[in-house]
Amino acid sequence: MALDKPYLDVPGTTIFDAEQSRKGYWLNQFCMSLMKAENRERFKKDERAYLDEWAMTEEQKQAVLARDLNWCIRLGGNIYFLAKIGATDGKSFQQMAGSMTGMTEEEYRNMMVAGGRSADGNRVVGEDGDAQAHRQPQGEH
Amino acid sequence: MARITASVYTSHVPAIGAALDLGKTHEPYWQPVFKGYEFGQQWMKDHKPDVIFLVFNDHATAFSLDMIPTFAIGTAAEYQPADEGWGPRPVPKVIGHPELASHIAQSVIQQDFDLTIVNKMDVDHGLTVPLSLMCGPQDPVKGAWPCPVIPFAVNVVQYPVPSGQRCYNLGKAIAKAVASYDEDINVHIWGTGGMSHQLQGPRAGLINKDFDNAFLDKLIHDPEAAANISHIDYVREAGSEGIELVMWLIARGAMADAAGGPRPKAVQRFYHVPASNTAVGHLILENQ
Repeated sequence: MALDKPYLDVPGTTIFDAEQSRKGYWLNQFCMSLMKAENRERFKKDERAYLDEWAMTEEQKQAVLARDLNWCIRLGGNIYFLAKIGATDGKSFQQMAGSMTGMTEEEYRNMMVAGGRSADGNRVVGEDGDAQAHRQPQGEH
Repeated sequence: MARITASVYTSHVPAIGAALDLGKTHEPYWQPVFKGYEFGQQWMKDHKPDVIFLVFNDHATAFSLDMIPTFAIGTAAEYQPADEGWGPRPVPKVIGHPELASHIAQSVIQQDFDLTIVNKMDVDHGLTVPLSLMCGPQDPVKGAWPCPVIPFAVNVVQYPVPSGQRCYNLGKAIAKAVASYDEDINVHIWGTGGMSHQLQGPRAGLINKDFDNAFLDKLIHDPEAAANISHIDYVREAGSEGIELVMWLIARGAMADAAGGPRPKAVQRFYHVPASNTAVGHLILENQ
């Protein structure tokens, strides 16, 4: 019998379950390596060469080089691991999270200051909230 | 005999640590957040515990995908602040309490909870930000946290994470373990992380004030109801990282009323939006 995965219909959300974790093992382990200052330096010096030291797929490497966190997450990345890439780039968590919404940094920050994104319309796929696929990309720019 | 006298609940947002470390606490954006902890800082001075049992989650710091313990108890003598990619936070190292930690590990495992015992780990913002919020800034070299800390890490990164009910029951087992420790010491139990937030994907930035406040109400007055909230409700209502709230139920389950004793007294309740991507929640409950 298949496992119960009631979280598959939450819009704009990927739950990091065993399947995602298996897919993203090397991508996430590469991210962990950036917790050492010397590895951050080596990565910054030659990103491609550093990535080639890891058993990641070519697409995972491309997603990292593009700093496309949504793409990384589709390929098994988890945000707590991917945050090490952002930290290496000198980005805050807010800049990282905002980068996945299609909004500019300012639009995202303003949304948070105004109370954040509403849950209304964003609980289940098929509603009309701003995180639904047909409302993408977000932002007014 | 050791006893749990109080529980503390707080979010542990990394940006709060950065704001403290970079001296931004008086900026208009941060002022309301830190104002919410002024009471707690004074309360800590007036009610100094002998040990803090601190429930938090590791954010892919001590535990990579190589090893993912659901519940891990730190039994080491000390823990260094971790380098999460920005360099380590400039805060004092955390002194552990190996004797009580080992006693709790033995007792809780005998009550059928399978804990992972950790004798070496660095601690990330999940643990150090709550200490900073409740104890104020500390010199990383000359300073020290007010008492030993037992770190207790819960997996809320890879699914499935433990249920709220299991966390609540685990809190009961921890309270029993503490009560069977012979030394006469005063223990606080802290549940950290959480309130609504989502850090990933096009739904990033989700905040649900109604859910958060209902959770705070339930946690104070009807913890059994809070323990019954399902994973999918946390995800839909409070965001994918709002699931961290299950950790608050460990602290709540360790309060006297969960074992048939008197209801605790709420001496502080605070809620604010936003801090970076999240809502900030904070409670202090005292056993009567």
